[in-house]
Amino acid sequence: MELLCPAGSVAALKAAVENGADAVYVGLKNDTNARNFAGLNLDDLKLAEACAYVHKAGKKLHVAINTFAHPNNWQRWQQAVDQAVSAGADALIIADMAVLAYAAEQYPHIERHLSVQASATNMAAIEFYRKFGISRVVLPRVLSIQQVRAIARSSDIELEVFAFGSLCIMAEGRCYLSSYLTGQSPNTAGACSPAAFVRWQEHKDGSLESRLNGVLIDKFAPGETAGYPTLCKGRFDVDGELYHTLEEPTSLNTLALLPELHREGIRSLKIEGRQRSPAYVASLTRVWRQAIDTLLKNPDAFSVQAHWDQVLASLSEGSQTTLGAYHRSWK
Amino acid sequence: MSLFTHSVNQASPATSASPAAPLKLALGPVQYYWPKAQILDFYQQAASSKAQVVYLGETVCSKRRELKFSDYFAIAQMLREAGKEVVLSTLTMLESPSELKELRRYCDNGDFWIEANDVGAIQMVQEQQLPFVAGAAISVYNHKALRQLVQLGMKRWVMPVELSRDWLLDILQQPLIADVRDCFEVEVFGFGHLPLAWSGRCFTARSENRAKDQCELCCLNYPKGRIAKSQEGEAVFLLNGIQTQSGERYNLLNDLPSMQGLVDVVRLSPEPEHSFEWLDKFQQVLESTATSRQPLPANDCNGYWHQLAGLQQARLQQTDE
Repeated sequence: MELLCPAGSVAALKAAVENGADAVYVGLKNDTNARNFAGLNLDDLKLAEACAYVHKAGKKLHVAINTFAHPNNWQRWQQAVDQAVSAGADALIIADMAVLAYAAEQYPHIERHLSVQASATNMAAIEFYRKFGISRVVLPRVLSIQQVRAIARSSDIELEVFAFGSLCIMAEGRCYLSSYLTGQSPNTAGACSPAAFVRWQEHKDGSLESRLNGVLIDKFAPGETAGYPTLCKGRFDVDGELYHTLEEPTSLNTLALLPELHREGIRSLKIEGRQRSPAYVASLTRVWRQAIDTLLKNPDAFSVQAHWDQVLASLSEGSQTTLGAYHRSWK
Repeated sequence: MSLFTHSVNQASPATSASPAAPLKLALGPVQYYWPKAQILDFYQQAASSKAQVVYLGETVCSKRRELKFSDYFAIAQMLREAGKEVVLSTLTMLESPSELKELRRYCDNGDFWIEANDVGAIQMVQEQQLPFVAGAAISVYNHKALRQLVQLGMKRWVMPVELSRDWLLDILQQPLIADVRDCFEVEVFGFGHLPLAWSGRCFTARSENRAKDQCELCCLNYPKGRIAKSQEGEAVFLLNGIQTQSGERYNLLNDLPSMQGLVDVVRLSPEPEHSFEWLDKFQQVLESTATSRQPLPANDCNGYWHQLAGLQQARLQQTDE
């Protein structure tokens, strides 16, 4: 069972490897990846440095090229694949069928992983993408553990699931909420609720408002923890009732599901958070390394240790965690 | 890997696609959960409406079973006898083996085209070498992906709702597409609340403090979804079961002239009220030679088509008029 950790910089990548990651995933410094944020990600030189470092430690590097190519800028996606391969990437994480086809034709020897952004939620969809020679599928966060199990038991393809981090509650790659409000699509620009559209407004009484392109996403009382104004984590009014209409600010945490994920042969546990700091990556990686090692030593005796949960809660949105869609009661 | 490189000469031209042909109007599948009688009534009206293409079938939630496959099939036959091009539309988010089994019945119907709203459905129809419509929730953003679908038997492409006229033009102008352009039609979502997202969670059940497993089919209580407003009273989105829609209605009535020569089919998504009146208005604009803009309700939006935020233009129109 692989521990796959995020890195938005070489420092975060080193933190992941030093603290026990089996593999690290990164993106290039442009809109070819779904965390296209200012100051984040690796250019050509850094990517080569990252590859050398990871390989020296005997670990693997995955490169996310997981947005959808533009018709008038196809070259950028093609170059991203070329750059990742020439830097020495072990796997490419791809969503666009055009990019998949290019990678399969040009570099059949480099592993292709189907990105969560391709939204393969069922066996027929996985079958569709198999024509591109994918060796692994990253499963969307909309599936319950029962549905994950059904897929695991009916396919021999490697499965990767999200284990921890920010929780996308919509089928990834098919969510247009952010572009509806801002005009910029995560699918084509690589960022959800981009920072350039975010406005914070503090009032004299200490209350705070968060807006996305002018639309009020939430209001916070003085002292209340204020979350980033992602549309799906806002408080809206439905027939007079004001609540987190879609989801509370919370993070996904599957520690409690580890034995089951292991039993079903899940190949890789993915930690979300390329936008996070090296310190965050280090703390998370340490906890998950311990948890996986404990599990593998004696799967039947596994239980979640309180200090793991404490660390993870302290690193979570709103200090809350959830099993998300894995647990039916969330739905 | 020959799949990606072989020529598309096996693809036969779509029967009615031609850049010079007039725009056809389509009724999309009903996105909401309506009682059976309301659906039957809707399609009786559709049979005598201006729509040339009619899509039908459940696209949002497999728990919505007011109509069974056999009911939809009977309606499809009735509509075809009334002269409509009929397409069976399928579920957008397929998760369980039972949903795949039901999808298989649609794909095996042996008669009508299928609208695939998930690549899983494309996989099924393509195994049988049947033609299909690729729905707006299939992630096709460039000419190379589009060309792949043409090779797999796609006869009509519904562009993702968030794309613009300029983006469409960029795709269609690529040589890779230009030489297969007569093999498929292009459809644009042109009227109704935009389908924007699908989740594992049911937001209508959540709005009634119910779990999805105990939803009691509460979507039936909201034939046009549940509106979620910002704390300043702005309609932000609509809750429709596991689907989230735009808070404002998308309306490309005044953009029809800019579709000529690019688009073959314009989709109107059924709403519980006034759908056929809007269909008539769209038909009037298509038949008219006048270029004057039609007055639109102040909050209707058309931002996506103009490469803006989807909800935009509503405000521009307000200041316009």
